[in-house]
Amino acid sequence: MTEKILAAHAGAASVRPGEIVDCRVDFVFANDITAPLAIQEFQKMGGNSVFDPDRVAFVLDHYVPNKDIPSANQAKSTRDFVRAHGLPYFYDIGRAGIAHVLLAEEGFVGPGDVFIGADSHTCNHGALGAFATGVGSSDLAAALVTGRLWLRVPETVRYVLTGRPRPWVTGKDLVLVIIGTIGVDGARYGAMEFAGETLSYLTMDERFSITNMAVEAGAKNGIMEPDARTLEWVTPRARRSFTVVRPDPDAAYADVKTIEVNRLEPVVAAPSSPGNVVSVRDATGVRVDQCFIGTCTNGRLEDLRIAARVLAGRRVHRDTRLLIIPATPAIYRQALEEGLIQIFLDAGAAVSTSTCGPCIGGHMGVLGEGEVCVSTSSRNFVGRMGHKTSRVYLSNAAVAAATAVTGTLTHPADVAGELVPA
Amino acid sequence: MIARGRARVVGHHIDTDAIIPARYLVTADPGDLARHAFEDLDPSLRDRVGGGDILVAGENFGQGSSREHAPLAIKGLGVAAVVAISFARIFYRNAFNIGLPLLECPDAHAGVRDGDALEVDFTAGAVRNLTREEVYCGQPIPEFMQRLLESGGLVGYIRAQRRSPGQSPVAERQSSVEEGR
Repeated sequence: MTEKILAAHAGAASVRPGEIVDCRVDFVFANDITAPLAIQEFQKMGGNSVFDPDRVAFVLDHYVPNKDIPSANQAKSTRDFVRAHGLPYFYDIGRAGIAHVLLAEEGFVGPGDVFIGADSHTCNHGALGAFATGVGSSDLAAALVTGRLWLRVPETVRYVLTGRPRPWVTGKDLVLVIIGTIGVDGARYGAMEFAGETLSYLTMDERFSITNMAVEAGAKNGIMEPDARTLEWVTPRARRSFTVVRPDPDAAYADVKTIEVNRLEPVVAAPSSPGNVVSVRDATGVRVDQCFIGTCTNGRLEDLRIAARVLAGRRVHRDTRLLIIPATPAIYRQALEEGLIQIFLDAGAAVSTSTCGPCIGGHMGVLGEGEVCVSTSSRNFVGRMGHKTSRVYLSNAAVAAATAVTGTLTHPADVAGELVPA
Repeated sequence: MIARGRARVVGHHIDTDAIIPARYLVTADPGDLARHAFEDLDPSLRDRVGGGDILVAGENFGQGSSREHAPLAIKGLGVAAVVAISFARIFYRNAFNIGLPLLECPDAHAGVRDGDALEVDFTAGAVRNLTREEVYCGQPIPEFMQRLLESGGLVGYIRAQRRSPGQSPVAERQSSVEEGR
């Protein structure tokens, strides 16, 4: 599937793994950390104008609202560039959300696209059947100038998920289990193609959290074949025509791995690697100072809904704090309309405007010395969310909510009982 | 292309947060970034690393974020090259794009001790340990990466390409199907 998309964008009948191809890109974006450097490189490259203003977006999401003067200056330099070049797609504070969630929501990516972002979690969009990958600022600058990017065609490993997930087990748990099995470099440089009947049980929000974390296994991209649910989600949003690309029935894979999901329990990635995955039951009881529900991995509506089901009528433990950050203004608004925000406020959670903030230890929830956090984000490296002695457990939103209620790492069933379908 | 310098050895799976914590990503100046390089991993490392040193790492060096600030911080320390068992892919691209040469070499990490005098031959894909009289064989860097380095990185490469648009980089690239990321 990945090879077919890259071939179509390289103007080739077919491509093979290992080959370096020069690809046309359908869309590119950068954020407030990567854009200033990309703009600087763009100018050094002699760029006068971007290759196509309708295929470029800038999203301020990491240090917004700006945390200090240098971050304000970074946002300002991006703003100035956008104005100077008259670029139509600029998302500033108030209209901005976390880029990966926002740009999919806004319909800038469709099946079969080649989508490039100066942010490692750009692989997020593979859930729509696109080839999407993260690059650095120089690559982004080159793509802004030329509308093209060189790519080495990755080998594909197919991950076939079988069975129906149990209650409280989400897409996040499935991707953590895969990373725990293959390791943080288990898919290094490759393409992860997710397939199998399990996907039919997952909402688009859950599917995005799977492809979003492909980079945590070292992959270049994660991808899923579009089904009826994908097309139902993307069609009303799409701003450009698209062509669905499907894997050939006789497609060659470097490997095919099967994951049986029907016996899995919710899991966490324990400090300090996304590959350090254990069942929540095996980590129960760990004292937790902060819980965080948000990010490009799990700040979507379904995450807020499942958190609200745990938190409804309950209070955050007095020795714990709970931060909830809807990934985009649209998600925030919908959560407000559904009464979820009311539930969060009643529970004693802090709900804030969209930002990546705490996930990178940037602002809005930085951890102090020795503090422990259960976070729905994607990385728990040493010092990721704050002090170098702080520790982060990665989980789904229900686990983070249940933990906020008890103050110790907790299986959601122990707080909210059995999850009955909504 | 050859780099000579003292070895500074680090471990496996060094992530981009360990190389440069996100809280310092409010500048893209290599010198400013270098002042905080490896701060949470080993605060003494940045003081021990001197101009021309060669960083020797284990597996999956540079995993995590796409921040180009990571190779920039290393370059800002004056590091001449990084040798590792393997590199994470975005870091690999970013380093060559900013003109920091990398070499994949499976045996160097086990053989090299901190402070050893090394000679890294990127064309041959080999590391000579002058202190211990050992040679570790690795992968020669792909031709395309060599051209990037010769151009001083992607900026120089694109500038050159724009000056002579008739010359297609694609045809050249496709002739060398190699280990580029």
